[in-house]
Amino acid sequence: MWRALKGIFARDLALAWRQRADVLSSLVFFVMVVSLFPLGLGPEPATLRAIAPGVLWVAALLSSTLALGRLFAGDHADGTLEQMLLAPQPLAFLVLSKIAAHWVAAGLPLTAMAPLLGLQFDMAPADIAVLTATLALGTPALSLIGAIGAALTVGLRGAAVLVPLLVLPLAIPVLIFGAGAVDAAEAGRGAGAHLSLLGGLLAFALAGAPLACAAALRISLD
Amino acid sequence: MTSAASVLLSAARLECRRGRRRLFSEVSFALPAGRALLVSGRNGAGKTTLLRALCGLTRPEVGEVAWRGRAVRDHRDEYHAELVFLGHHSALKDDLTPEENLRCALELGGDDGAAHVAATFERLGLAACARLPVRSLSQGQRRRAALARLWLSRARPLWILDEPFVALDAESTATLAGLLRAHVDGGGALVYTTHQEIDVAPGRTERLALGD
Repeated sequence: MWRALKGIFARDLALAWRQRADVLSSLVFFVMVVSLFPLGLGPEPATLRAIAPGVLWVAALLSSTLALGRLFAGDHADGTLEQMLLAPQPLAFLVLSKIAAHWVAAGLPLTAMAPLLGLQFDMAPADIAVLTATLALGTPALSLIGAIGAALTVGLRGAAVLVPLLVLPLAIPVLIFGAGAVDAAEAGRGAGAHLSLLGGLLAFALAGAPLACAAALRISLD
Repeated sequence: MTSAASVLLSAARLECRRGRRRLFSEVSFALPAGRALLVSGRNGAGKTTLLRALCGLTRPEVGEVAWRGRAVRDHRDEYHAELVFLGHHSALKDDLTPEENLRCALELGGDDGAAHVAATFERLGLAACARLPVRSLSQGQRRRAALARLWLSRARPLWILDEPFVALDAESTATLAGLLRAHVDGGGALVYTTHQEIDVAPGRTERLALGD
């Protein structure tokens, strides 16, 4: 089974590399949305510092939702998804391996980009560290939760609009604790509690989402 | 007549629907080792749906599919380890080469045989395009690349193939028919559909007509 998981992970990363324009476009989307706010609200440093956590987190959420459409759509169109369902391995683990590859191609670049954007909002280095930590914990949780929506809508017309409608409400707790952690750090209250809750959400999503995805895929392909 | 013990795949009173339309009902058969089942019927009669139901991709409305006498629904992983299904879609990634695609498929299925990939492409006349991305291949080459999976999964006893001869030229059709005959001769079971009236194992093929 380990060989199959590694195979899917490596294949999806190779595909992401060969279609790197897609990966790049969701990253550029993230940078653009974040950069629009200083332009719209004016360059007052105090305002920018206050809105930075919320803006960065909302933009990360939107950008990762945008990338979800790619998760199963290609595999469904060319029949690879059928073969995954017919593989003699537990589907939940195969799905987990796909989500992991998806996160490396979509969530990890966002996380790596965030410190630079934090500077743009005049955030303190310590707060930037907290922001990066929240994204490192939060974006995998977003990929896992979003995968359920992607699995439910695979093969449907209008999936691109349906996925955000399904996923965004479920992602609200991640957004609250992610942005809350940075807010708390900026206010000097310490981000420990928020980060623990975020880690808890990730653990919960890690345990539940692959099973839910596997069930959703079996229904979608029936 | 064959004894119950040698029956590999059996279906009992299957019924499938698409929306409110009943595609077929009361489909029953027992396929022993060393036999082929040719599913025929006009377009839209439910051939593909029947094959998907036999694989366990589609849940039949009524009835049950059994593999070696055990319900497929309850022993999915054991069943899938002995099954190769090739459907309408090629299951090839456009951005990968046929070789990479095939290696991934073998890893996913837990098959050995990665060592024979190059030799198989040679035999299928695909050696020249084994390292090109699939998007640059012709329809027939794609089809052959997808079918290469069969040569490397010969150990699996049940093959379910949906229109395997589509888009193949005469030579490839003959090669594939030879492989299918060898599979049946070797004690495998085969379920397939075709519009080209190709009987791969004369005398050992049972026919199932849908939509009469």
